[in-house]
Amino acid sequence: MKKHHIIIISVVVLILAFVLGGYIYKSRQVKAIAFMARENASTFVREHSPALGSADAKVYIVEFLDPACETCSAIYPYVKAFLSANPGRIKLVVRYAPLHDNADYFVKILEAARKQGKYWETLEVMYRTQSYWASHHNPQPQLLWKYLPMAGLDLEKIRKDIHDPEIMKIIQQDLADAKTLGVRKTPEFFVNGKPLPSFGYNQLKKLVEDELRANY
Amino acid sequence: MAPITETSDLNWKILFLCWLIAAISASGSLFFSEIMQFAPCILCWYQRIFMFPLVIIFLAGLFPFDKNIIRYTLPLAAAGSLVALYHTLLYSGIIPKGLQPCSQGVSCTEVYIELGFITIPMLSLMAFSAIAALLIILHRRLSS
Repeated sequence: MKKHHIIIISVVVLILAFVLGGYIYKSRQVKAIAFMARENASTFVREHSPALGSADAKVYIVEFLDPACETCSAIYPYVKAFLSANPGRIKLVVRYAPLHDNADYFVKILEAARKQGKYWETLEVMYRTQSYWASHHNPQPQLLWKYLPMAGLDLEKIRKDIHDPEIMKIIQQDLADAKTLGVRKTPEFFVNGKPLPSFGYNQLKKLVEDELRANY
Repeated sequence: MAPITETSDLNWKILFLCWLIAAISASGSLFFSEIMQFAPCILCWYQRIFMFPLVIIFLAGLFPFDKNIIRYTLPLAAAGSLVALYHTLLYSGIIPKGLQPCSQGVSCTEVYIELGFITIPMLSLMAFSAIAALLIILHRRLSS
């Protein structure tokens, strides 16, 4: 019947427009980010950004994370595994996108721990104990304190250092860069300035492998 | 079934247009959230709650044409219009931001896109009011 046809055609046109529009939008975004990676690399890696791995590494994994984010915690061991499977070839750069309530507070603790040379230990303790202090997207700073000694931190010094205005500047800069790069969720990865086509472990693995192949 | 006259055909077309507006709005809002990754704020969710079912209800009312559909869809379109109107006013700053219900998560006044002067809440308001207007026209045609 004719009327059925009108509906079917409309549905097909709408779906096509959706898919095509999505494709165009994504490819434009990839191009825009690639342009920024070429012209404005500091948007991805700032001097203040903590980094793990060799300085000569040619593959940079830039991760925007939030210490209170469950997925960040879940994917962290896999990212570490990339680094240990390819020694000297991959560098992990941490950027902050503290999007949860109170998340600034955890970033401040992390940066304060960095002054004691315990940055990665503290990040790992935070991730490991996250389910106790940040369950159900409800991070509670006071609960974290009892786990911090596991990282071997001087807590008195941390309590003083978290008020360092420099830390707030780092957070502001990272949030500004996150906005520029369109980071609205955590974790968000950029491997040598390329975004993930869609979020997932396999997509990240493929992107890292592609970049390793292209650079070594 | 009643023979298809020119008038009843036009009525069908009006209803079809309602469905089309609802379908475009629904897929557009999904495009904003799923492709462009704009997190929908709470007011957007209320508008979605009124818009998404319209797509299905209009479709069901088109085959065969059911004039009772106005009873079921006009309240949804009217409620959606109210939320969209509120959202548009909030967005454009006519209602002060202090009154907004969402203090956590995504702000209802964060401007995502502006095509000239058109904003997303404005698109929603236009869609809901167009559907409501078409349904009122249809109602008049059917009762005369």
